[in-house]
Amino acid sequence: MAVEITVKGEVVTAYLAGEIDHHSAAGMREKIDSAVDSNMPSLLVLDFGGVSFMDSSGIGLVMGRYRNLQKTGASLHITGASPQIAKIMQLAGMNRLAKIN
Amino acid sequence: MQTINKFSMNFLARSSNEGFARACIAAFAAGLDPTLEELNDIKTAVSEAVTNCIVHAYAEKIGKVYIMAEILEGGIIKIKIRDNGCGIENVDMAMQPLFTTVGGERAGLGFAVMQSFMDGIRVTSKVGRGTTVTMLKKISPRITVNG
Repeated sequence: MAVEITVKGEVVTAYLAGEIDHHSAAGMREKIDSAVDSNMPSLLVLDFGGVSFMDSSGIGLVMGRYRNLQKTGASLHITGASPQIAKIMQLAGMNRLAKIN
Repeated sequence: MQTINKFSMNFLARSSNEGFARACIAAFAAGLDPTLEELNDIKTAVSEAVTNCIVHAYAEKIGKVYIMAEILEGGIIKIKIRDNGCGIENVDMAMQPLFTTVGGERAGLGFAVMQSFMDGIRVTSKVGRGTTVTMLKKISPRITVNG
């Protein structure tokens, strides 16, 4: 699955790669949630630098992680979004939930 | 409006075919020499429509998804995506942003993305018979320097 996880102190970073759609999102979700559950970070960074395509399934992926992090008061950052990904995130109002670089 | 090129295909409503459908439409639309942004808009809209067929129309079975695309005079691409699934009881309600019947991690943004990324969309549906989504996008002509 196209997710690499790194843990540095209280920061978990998930490097996503490939195409995010309804087919691939479930596997990515499992891997991210497993890293968050075992490390209890104060910050989760979702790095979209390696993502070549994303539809609204990626929005569901971000919203679901945001909801989970709210339970522990942790923050969410989004980074590396291409213009195509930024366009769909803007449409969905993701900037209201997470810091987007 | 005159049809310049046309293709049609059908495939089983399996999630692994979402990427296949995007790749096919991208290859077909390439004939219009779209910008990267226009091509991504088309791929995203098709991905949403096909995902709707898989997640909603055929929630209980694996049916067939039909795609028909045409390149029309004037740089317009017309894409029709049809299923013979459960149908939508209230199309206007289904098209409201954030409306979803399945919960989980579906954002309820599929139709909002199609509306926003394409230049026109029409949805017709009959409960128990299926749904057809027809979308149009005009590809801007490029100015070529050396012919």
